[in-house]
Amino acid sequence: MGLKQNLHNLKEKYKGTKMAPAFNAIHTFLYLPNETTHGGTHIKAADDLKRTMNIVIMALVPCLIFGMFNAGFQHNIAVNGNFTSGMSFFSGQFWNLENFFIGAVKILPLVLVSYGVGLLVEFIFAVIKGHEIEEGYLVTGMLVPLIVPVDIPLWMLSVAVIFGVVIGKEVFGGTGMNILNPALTIRAFLFFAYPTWISGDKVWVEGAVARDQAIVAGEKLDAISGETMLGALAQGKEVVYSIWDMFYGFIPGSVGETSTLLIILGALFLVFTKIGSWRIMLSGVLGALAMGLIFNAIADAGIIGESSKFYALMNTPFWHHLIIGGFAFGVVFMATDPVTASQTNKGKWIYGFLIGFLSILIRVFNPAYPEGVMLAILLMNVFAPTIDHYVVQGNVKKRLKRLKAKLT
Amino acid sequence: MSKDIRIKKGLDIKLIGEAEQTTTDISVGGVYVIKPENFHGIIPKVLAKVGAEVKAGETLFYSKSDARILFPSPVSGKIVEVIRGERRKVLEIRIAADASQQFADFGKKEASKMSSEEVKTHLLSSGCWPFVKQRPYDVVANPNQAPKSIFVSGYNSAPLAADLDYALKGKEAEIQEAITALGKLTDGKVHVSISKDSTLSPFNGVKGAELHGLVGPHPIGNVSTQIANLDPINKGEVIWVVTAQDLVVIGELLLTGKFNAKRTVALTGSQFAKPKYITAYPGATISTLVKGNLNTDNFRIISGNVLSGTQVSLEGALGYYDNQITAIPEGDDYELFGWNKPVFDKVSTTRAFTFSWMTPKKKYDLNTNTNGEHRAFVVTGSYEQVFPLDIYPMQLLKACMYKDLDEMEALGAYEIAPEDFALTEFVCVSKQPHQKIIREGLDLMREELG
Repeated sequence: MGLKQNLHNLKEKYKGTKMAPAFNAIHTFLYLPNETTHGGTHIKAADDLKRTMNIVIMALVPCLIFGMFNAGFQHNIAVNGNFTSGMSFFSGQFWNLENFFIGAVKILPLVLVSYGVGLLVEFIFAVIKGHEIEEGYLVTGMLVPLIVPVDIPLWMLSVAVIFGVVIGKEVFGGTGMNILNPALTIRAFLFFAYPTWISGDKVWVEGAVARDQAIVAGEKLDAISGETMLGALAQGKEVVYSIWDMFYGFIPGSVGETSTLLIILGALFLVFTKIGSWRIMLSGVLGALAMGLIFNAIADAGIIGESSKFYALMNTPFWHHLIIGGFAFGVVFMATDPVTASQTNKGKWIYGFLIGFLSILIRVFNPAYPEGVMLAILLMNVFAPTIDHYVVQGNVKKRLKRLKAKLT
Repeated sequence: MSKDIRIKKGLDIKLIGEAEQTTTDISVGGVYVIKPENFHGIIPKVLAKVGAEVKAGETLFYSKSDARILFPSPVSGKIVEVIRGERRKVLEIRIAADASQQFADFGKKEASKMSSEEVKTHLLSSGCWPFVKQRPYDVVANPNQAPKSIFVSGYNSAPLAADLDYALKGKEAEIQEAITALGKLTDGKVHVSISKDSTLSPFNGVKGAELHGLVGPHPIGNVSTQIANLDPINKGEVIWVVTAQDLVVIGELLLTGKFNAKRTVALTGSQFAKPKYITAYPGATISTLVKGNLNTDNFRIISGNVLSGTQVSLEGALGYYDNQITAIPEGDDYELFGWNKPVFDKVSTTRAFTFSWMTPKKKYDLNTNTNGEHRAFVVTGSYEQVFPLDIYPMQLLKACMYKDLDEMEALGAYEIAPEDFALTEFVCVSKQPHQKIIREGLDLMREELG
């Protein structure tokens, strides 16, 4: 085994040097290390962090590929204006190479920049701090391109990724120590630093911004635009998409979040492999449905009139909230991040439920930025340790009660 | 009558190399090695002089903290060496055993007619006291404290563990005598647990103890699991624990006056050509026990089971409390794309392209590879699936790591032993050393809180 032996020799050579973490990071991608157990259990289960992260990435791949087709598809219908509602999921109008190429050209650079910049930051920190490179960014790097608008400039993405990895994660000590979900930290940074690039009716369609600039420059072209479902609803506009369009994901939105169908498949995969927490996903959905029902009831009772700016979103049938916007993607892939979620099983129910509940609340009451799931998850990230604290205190109290019963 | 204990959380790791039910008698002879580190938390004061002759049962060293706790020689012979390490710490006492054994005579006793104090004094003076361990802290019991109950687990649920129904066959009289003696030591009950479907257990029909049936996966055989179900430990309480094979030694001492530590030991694991049972004394050199029985050169030998045993070399010795020697392949090799390819030959509790869930009956040949690198805690919820106690395992581990004594106490550290965290350590995606963390946490508590 030439390669194996050569790499082993190199590893020995780099051992103890500054470059060891960087070398090992690459080495361990090729070969599972030859480390053996010392003290403690002599055998170990097959799973490690790389395998765990890899499963999440695989669950995301269908969303990424769909996102590429959808970017091209949205571009074409915006340019040609030939959208027909009610396509089948396998329609050739959507799944064609032309769509794919338009999307891939736009989205692959997002993926490359996300991974390239993020991993570079991780490598630098690992070398400075002398620890091994941890796998957390493998998932973050995949999530980031899926939750940004397709037209986001690459330099902006780079700045956001650096911010997210450094402030969101490394300052706390790296993977496993962070309080906020790094991918959402990156998105929140984009949202607050460059709000015009992550909301409105331009950024969701490939080429719309460039076309606008061309028009300003004097070219004779028609402007193109595409608004997200939530944006349209928040402004009380008519929605041209059917339920099935929304469920399949033939709608404008962030790159990977539009297809509820594929997100459900990803969720089933995560739950089946026991990597994702079904408790958080289920309770998140329940929370969203509960809030949706409350709003529907308010709208039905006439407490809020049709003239209210909240009316349209409030009156949206409660279960529609699950398939529009980034809710499904957030609950399945972001809320379930084990580091920033509640760590106790009981806590996960509360944490998930509140994410669902607050997502819809923010969605309805924040018409300027109707996507609530990002803020809801970040907020609950902050509260997750508090939830856990009270859950664990329940266990502690049980123990004290037992002691007291004994003493009396 | 008795109460059955049923658990669902846990994991039976099925391995190749279960011991066949035949026993070979290994003749005494050779060098025996007694390591004070087998007795956790004991600082030894050595009495043994190099060159002196000892009989089986005569004291080699005693505990610095309580001079009544004596540690006897398991065999008769000549003390050939006392090996010391840094700061003159005693590492090993080596004894060249006689071919035929001489036993010190402690006199026959009748447990039923002895008082509590007599039993205690007898166990202390005969060197049987180290067999009595205590919770909290999982150390040799402090004879000054009164236990609220005493637990004996008559069922080993660890991977490939010795089948006690076979290993202790025919020892009913010794067991009964020892149980009677233990009953004197506590005002509470003596709890004995055996597998629910065991009909051959030597504990069946034992008097003076409450007999419980066990149903469920490992760690059902761990005493902590049984204690938690029957008589959970509160702050300030003490429970004593005696292993089943040590019970036989105590019984024989009472019946015959001899300290005879000979026990049936299971040779298990895929690297043994013929996994079987042998009889041996604790301290026996591993090479004499496994001679001619190993398959390959690339093995790891463990005194104890694969989850909480101790790694030993061929020159090493059978641990004082162990009744199992395991040999598994050493996993010191690289595996191409081992982190992402589908895995059929390893055990996992997830389904992350690991397929052990499809073959629950399959027996595996696991090696010592860590299957990944050490990381910070990331994944949550996986420990709880294999941890049957009403304790938050990750929170307790973290409390031990940041040395918060109040939190350790509040989260239930009095109720556990390091072995209870063996399964969580096995499944840990971050490859954290759980048992070591818990051991250090318990040591700190013992030092600070007593």
